[in-house]
Order: sequence, then C-alpha cells, then structure tokens
Amino acid sequence: MKVKLISAPYLVWMAVFIVVPLIMVGYFAFTDGNGHFTLEYIADVAQYTNIFIKSIWLAAIATVICLVVAYPVAFILTRLETKVQGTMLMIVMLPMWMNFLLRTYAWMTLLGNNGLINRLFELVGIGPFKMLNTEGAVVLGMVYNYLPFMILPLYSVMVKIHKSILEAAADLGCNSRETLFRVVLPLSLPGVNSGIIMVFVPAISTFIISRMLGGGGNLLIGDLIEMQFLGNSYNPNLGAGISLVLMVIILLIMTIMNQFNDDDDKVLL
Amino acid sequence: MKKLFAVIAALMIIGGIFCSCKNTSENAPEADAEEEIEYQTLSVDDEEYYSKFKDKGISINVYNWGEYISDGADEGTLDVNAEFTKLTGITVNYSTYATNEELYAKLKGGGSSYDIIIPSDYMISRMIKENMLKPLDFKNIPNFKYIKDTFVNPLYDQKNEYSVPYMWGTVGIIYDKTLIDENDIDWNILWNEDYADRILMFDNPRDAFAIAEIMLGYSINTENPEELEKAAEKLKEQKKVVQAYVMDEIFDKMGAGEALIAPYYAGDAITLMDEYEDLAFAVPKSGTNLFVDAMCIPSGSKQKEAAEMYINFMCEPDIAYATTTYVGYSTPNTAAYDMLDDEIKNDGISYPDDEYLKENTTVFYNLSDEANQKMQDLWTDMKSSQYEAKNVWLVPAFMLICVAVSIVILIRRHIKNKKDIF
Amino acid sequence: MKKLSRIYISLVLMFLYAPIFVLIVFSFNTTKSRSVMSGFTFDWYQKLFQNELIMMSLRNTLIIAVIASLSATILGTAAAIGISSMRKFPKMVIINITNIPIINPEIVTGVSLMLLFVFFAARMNLEFGFVTLLIAHITFNVPYVILNVMPKIRQMDPHLYEAAQDLGCNSVQAFFKVVLPEILPGVISGLLMSFTFSLDDFVVSYFTSGSTSQTLPITIYSMTRRKVSPEINALSTIIFAVVVIVLIVKNVIENRPVKPFLKAKEEGR
Repeated sequence: MKVKLISAPYLVWMAVFIVVPLIMVGYFAFTDGNGHFTLEYIADVAQYTNIFIKSIWLAAIATVICLVVAYPVAFILTRLETKVQGTMLMIVMLPMWMNFLLRTYAWMTLLGNNGLINRLFELVGIGPFKMLNTEGAVVLGMVYNYLPFMILPLYSVMVKIHKSILEAAADLGCNSRETLFRVVLPLSLPGVNSGIIMVFVPAISTFIISRMLGGGGNLLIGDLIEMQFLGNSYNPNLGAGISLVLMVIILLIMTIMNQFNDDDDKVLL
Repeated sequence: MKKLFAVIAALMIIGGIFCSCKNTSENAPEADAEEEIEYQTLSVDDEEYYSKFKDKGISINVYNWGEYISDGADEGTLDVNAEFTKLTGITVNYSTYATNEELYAKLKGGGSSYDIIIPSDYMISRMIKENMLKPLDFKNIPNFKYIKDTFVNPLYDQKNEYSVPYMWGTVGIIYDKTLIDENDIDWNILWNEDYADRILMFDNPRDAFAIAEIMLGYSINTENPEELEKAAEKLKEQKKVVQAYVMDEIFDKMGAGEALIAPYYAGDAITLMDEYEDLAFAVPKSGTNLFVDAMCIPSGSKQKEAAEMYINFMCEPDIAYATTTYVGYSTPNTAAYDMLDDEIKNDGISYPDDEYLKENTTVFYNLSDEANQKMQDLWTDMKSSQYEAKNVWLVPAFMLICVAVSIVILIRRHIKNKKDIF
Repeated sequence: MKKLSRIYISLVLMFLYAPIFVLIVFSFNTTKSRSVMSGFTFDWYQKLFQNELIMMSLRNTLIIAVIASLSATILGTAAAIGISSMRKFPKMVIINITNIPIINPEIVTGVSLMLLFVFFAARMNLEFGFVTLLIAHITFNVPYVILNVMPKIRQMDPHLYEAAQDLGCNSVQAFFKVVLPEILPGVISGLLMSFTFSLDDFVVSYFTSGSTSQTLPITIYSMTRRKVSPEINALSTIIFAVVVIVLIVKNVIENRPVKPFLKAKEEGR
C-alpha cells in the first residue's frame, strides 16, 4: 500500500547511515591501508585481551553494584503515595540530566589527594587515601553515571505490580522477605534485564570515565579505540578491529540476556 | 498541558540562542587596576597589508596547542585572535589539541580543513615527508625577518619552506620546592618510590620515551628496536609510581598540590611558578630535549593567503611579545625578545645561552615509519600491558564462536516459541 | 521498615547529589581551589559569559539539538507509520536495524560514522563540520522517535484512517486530522527524547564534529583537559538550575487537574 512508501526516506537514511558505516567498520578491520584483505589487525586485537577482560570485569562489577543499590530504591519508590511518586522519581532522575562530563569531573575534584573527601578524613585523623586514578574510581564513576539507568527500568516494571498481588501473597502466608523473593523478584525480572543491558553496554565502552578518573594508566576498550582514531596512536584499521570485536561481544551478551526475557514486545533479536 | 511545556521550552531555547549571540568579547580593563598590570597595546607597521581581506567575510581555522595563545583572560593582556579579527576582518575559528599525535590523527583522518597548525619539530618533518603541508609564500610573511637566525633553516625543515617558528623551550622537571631539594633533581627522581603516586608523566609517546632513553644513555632519536623496547620496559617500571599520564592537566594537578613532581615544558613551568610560589623548575643535568613549535599550513587549507597573513601577524613584535609573556614559553622573535624584561631574559630557564643548548639539549627529528610504528605499539602496550598473540586465528575464531553461539541460542528460542504455540 | 526506607533513599540521594552540590558551592569560591572555600564571588559567572568559545558552542549545541530533533521526529514518525503496515519479516528486519544505534555502544556509532565520513571525504570533498554533526545526531535520534511512536500506532484503531477517508478526507487530511492527534503523545515524547539526547551527546559528536562546529559537551571536555578554571563550576551550576526549572515546570504542568481540559476538548470538537 502507499502508506509503506512514506517510510522510504527513512529507509534510505537507515541504509546509508546505519548499515553502511557498520560495513565500513568491517572493511577497515579486515583490510590494510591499501585495501588488501588481511587478518593482521584483527589478530592484533588479541594483544589487548587483558584490556577486554578488565573492561568486562569492571563493567560487570559496576552493573552488579548498580543493581543492588537501585533495586531497593525502585521498590521503595513504588510503595510511596502516588502523588509523591512522580516528584520523587523526578528528584532521583534529575542528576541524569546534568551533563555527563561535568558529573564525572565533579568526582575528580572530590576524590583527589587534596580533594574534599580526603580533607574530611584528615579532620578525623585518618591519612589521605589514594582514591583517584584507581580502578575503584573508575567503577565508582560508572556506578554514579549509570545508576539512574538502572533505577528507571526497574521502577517502570515494578510500578505495574499491582498492590493486590502483594496483599494476596501476604494473605497466603508470606512474610515481607518471602514476598520480596518469591513474588516481586520474579515479576521484576524484565526490568532487571533492561537495567543490566542499559548499564553494562555503556560501562564496557566508556572512555571518558577511565580517562578522567583512571589517570591514563587504566585503559579500557573505549580508550583503546579512541587512541586509534583521535588519540596518540593513529591506526584506524586496528581501531575498527577492536570495535568489531566489541560489537560481537555485546551481541553475545545481549542474546544471552534476551533468553531470560519472554516479553513479546522485545524485538531485539 | 504538553503544549505549554513546549512553548516554555521554545522560549528558553530562543533565549539561550539570543544570549549566546549577543555576547562579544570584551577586553576593557577594569577601572581599579593593580599597579602590576601593564596594558599591552598593538601597533603594526603595515596596516595596508592587513586590510586586504577586510569585509570579505573570510574565516580561518586555527588548530593549536592548549594554553598556547594569549587570549586576554588575564588583566591587560591582548586577545590575539580578537585583535587579528579587528585588524583584518578575518574571523578565527580556534580549536586545540593536546599532543602532536592527536594533531596528526585529526589531519590524517581527513575531512577537517585547518588553515593553521602549530606542530613540533619532529612532527613537522614527518608531515613534510608525507606531503601534508603547503609551502609558504614568504612574500606574504615579511615579519619573518624578526625570527632569530639560529631558528632559520632548522633540521626539521632544512630549506625553511614550510614553517615559521612560534615558540621554543626545553623540557625539565617541575617540582614542589618545599618538599624536594633541587640537587635531587634528575630524571630518575620520576621513578623514585618515595614520591609514589605523586608523580605525573607525559601522556605522549615521544616525550615519555625520550626521558627513558636519556636515562638509559640512548639517543632520543634512536630507531633501534631493542633500545626502544628497553625504554618501554623502563616506562613500564615507572607505571607503579605514576599518579596519572597527563598533558595540560598538570596545571590543575600541580597547582592543587595533587602531585609533587612532573616533567613538562619550560614555558608552562614559568606560568605555574608565577601562580604558585611553592613550585620550581629545573633541567636535569643529564640532558634534555629542546623543542621548537612552528606554524604551518596544512595541504587541505582553502585560505592560504589569509593563513599567511595570520602567520605574519603572529610575528609582529607586539603580538610575539604578548604571546611569550602570556604563554611563558621562549620566543624566537628577536624584536619581541628585546622588549622583554631583563628579569625574564636572565631567569636561567627561558633563555639559556647557545652553548648550553648545544651541549645539553637534543632536538627531536622524525623517525622512520617502522620506528614510529614500533614506538606507538610499545606505547599502547605500556599503557595497557600486553601478552603476546600466539596465533593469528585466535581472535577471528573467538568471534566466530560468539556469533555461532548466538545463532544457536536464537534457533533454540525460535523452536521453543513454535512449540509453545501448540 | 519505613524509617529504614527513608534513610536508605536519603543516602542514595546524597550520593547522587553530593558531587553536583560541591561543584555548585565552589563556583562561588574566590580562589581556584576546589577543596578550600575562601570567599564568595560571582566573578567566575562573569568570566563564563565573556568566554566566546563557550557561548559559541552553546549556540551550536542548541541549534543542532533543535534541527536534529525536529528532523528526526518528522523522519521517524513517517517511518513508524510506514513500518507498521509492513509484513512481518521486513518489519522485523527493519526494526532490528533501527535498534542498532540504540544498543550499540556510542563509541562504535561514532567511530562507524567517522569512518563513513572519512571514506567519502576524499571522494566528495566533504568536510567535518556542521553537516556531519547534524547527520550523526539525526541518525541516533530517529530510532528513539520510532521507538516512541510505534506503540502509539499499534494502540490506535486502524479503522480510524479508513473512516476518515470514507467521510470525505483525502489521505493527507486524514493523516493530520485523525492519525496525528492519536499518535501525538508518542511523537512529542520522541521529540523531547531526541532533543535531550542531542543536547547532552558527547561521544558521537566528538568523532563527527569539525573545527567550526564544537558543541558544548566537547568544549567542556577540552576545558577539563587543560588549566581548569572554576568557570566549569559556574557552567555546571547554570545547567543544573536550568534542568531543575525545566523539570519543575514539566511536573507542574503534568500534575495540573486534567478534568477541565477534557471538558474543553469535548466541547471544542
């Protein structure tokens, strides 16, 4: 029908600006500077296995922390009065609207050896701790920046759990803890699912957080890629190779995550 | 109602655009100025030359190091770019980079057309070799006459066709003099565990490798793969005492007392010392790098004459003077040098005499492609630590496995869904 | 239990807001120190407004955000309508491709677009600048619009369109008078989402902007890499204030009593 044609401009756009660039990444990854096919760059990516492992590891830790912290927050929010819920949600989400860089920069100033936190420690008498430029700082940065992305999906799923279900569970003899684990938890899994994806993917590929809070000695995948294109080691082929491997890893993770998701609406693979 | 919200949002946007359009850069000195402030003025010899492009709506893109131009932020100093626009009617789009390698990557990637870049010596020779620069028409740069003759026809641009020197200096160590004694200053203090986590290090390969190479007794221009690897090993050893790998971030970190020692460029040291009394600068006796940053026009430039006018403007005595006093680096401009206070000329850091320079300093020149590649690989490895790839097929195999697993999972799911329907 | 919840939420909120408040407080500091407060002054705000670069990038950011979000909305809405009437298989393929910019890490999107532009820069004399930036922003915005509009289309009664035509409208009139009002909430939330993402985007802009088209996040990034001046703090405070005001206004509007509006709607038709 003619209606389909109306989406034609977008389809063209999509092909040119989504599909073709990805093909370009593949092209650059598998060719050398002169256009000849080579596996050299892809093979070189193996040198950085430990960076991949580190990125996945740190992102996983950050995701778990986010989940643990955000779950109670989302749950508590849903149990508030309806009037207050909207406002409280807004208050919790507000930091997310602040510029990402500024928020990360704020932690840089707080965690420094002469920063506010260490000064407070000094007042109490405990020596200054090295907090900035460590892996811990990077994880902290990830948690701080991506926490709202975990709270939101959890909240939107939990808010749909009708109060009567919880009351029914209580009627059937569950105490609070059992209700939480046997009723709320399973029902909120789709939210957990989205939350994990929304935190893990940006966390694994960030370069700003690791650069600003990691001190340049804690390279992550994002830093590596950035270095190959706009940084100190110009090598677009290697950069494309690393990007390709990153995409494949994420593809795998998402497929696994979607196993747990029976939602009809989910059209992602 | 959503409409009202949209209206308010629209008003704010318009307000924002309006506000940002209205602002012009002001440089009016405050009424109650301190006695120390001298107001810099600008007078040029040949105003007519500069009015060639007036009212033609031309703009040039200048790509320079960060903190490397006088921008009027301090009282009484000139905003060089604004003065240029006032004089010539040419708009300046100014952006910055942090290292030569970044500049190279941006230019090599293509698509960005800059009209003026200010690379360092070795990068200039590399760019000349790769045909990335346009030869200059010195007829449009009469102020070149002010450049000191020791900087004309340099090693990196032997016929002096592509560059005009902008600033120069030496590399040394900035340190907190209340906690560290000057006599202890040599390159090895950057490896000293007593100052662990208070040491900063260069975040670019050449400067970092140079320090390691000096310590190991190699030439800072060595191309020997073994020597490069040994230097990389030394840098890896240093990693555990380094707080962070930085470039201009050291202003902030040294100033705030986060770090106590950092290798950096003499000019920035002067700026830091001016602001923070506790800091001092020393050039290690075992030798160091002498660098020259010069203005060039990349081959993609579309406004060559306007760019040459800019270069000429930067060589105006008043402008070169403003630049050197603001930025702190040493000027190759003889007329500007004459205008400097004796205090600066004799501070022992900015203008060492020629003999000292010849004996203790070496200039970078561009390495061969293989050496460059090796250094870059070693640098990335050092910053990330590596393990050898045993097999070319390792990564492609890994990727294929990932894709295969995904497909299997998808097929299983598809079958499961089909079953569920029944 | 309730007390525990309150304490917990307060802790989380403190965690979220502490860095921002520190930034704000130190924007009024008379010295550049970020851990010792020496006095109160508005100097940095003054300097901020005199900073040409920041003002220019603010202007660029706003212009790009407006144009990109409007274009994305138009393109995306048209696309959503067309896609909804496709058969199952093409629909699934297109939706999956559309989701790619959403799932893909930003750095891969940025890098792939950069490679695309670089590849064609040589051939077509294309320059990195306003145009490339705009294309990049539209590309990552459209999927969000589609994501927001499609559910609304699905909820809509498909016969409304035919009914309108039966009653004498041609297709264009039918669209504007019948379809659009039904999907409007989705369109608007898509528009707002795109606008927000464009405003705050750093990674994709970093890889696709040129010398003349720096956006505010990019300028902030270069500010943090150099001599840091409390102008950044002043900027953060202003952004924070704007965000608070916008969110408060939005909340107030949404919570206004709905009844009079519904009545007016009925009477107006």
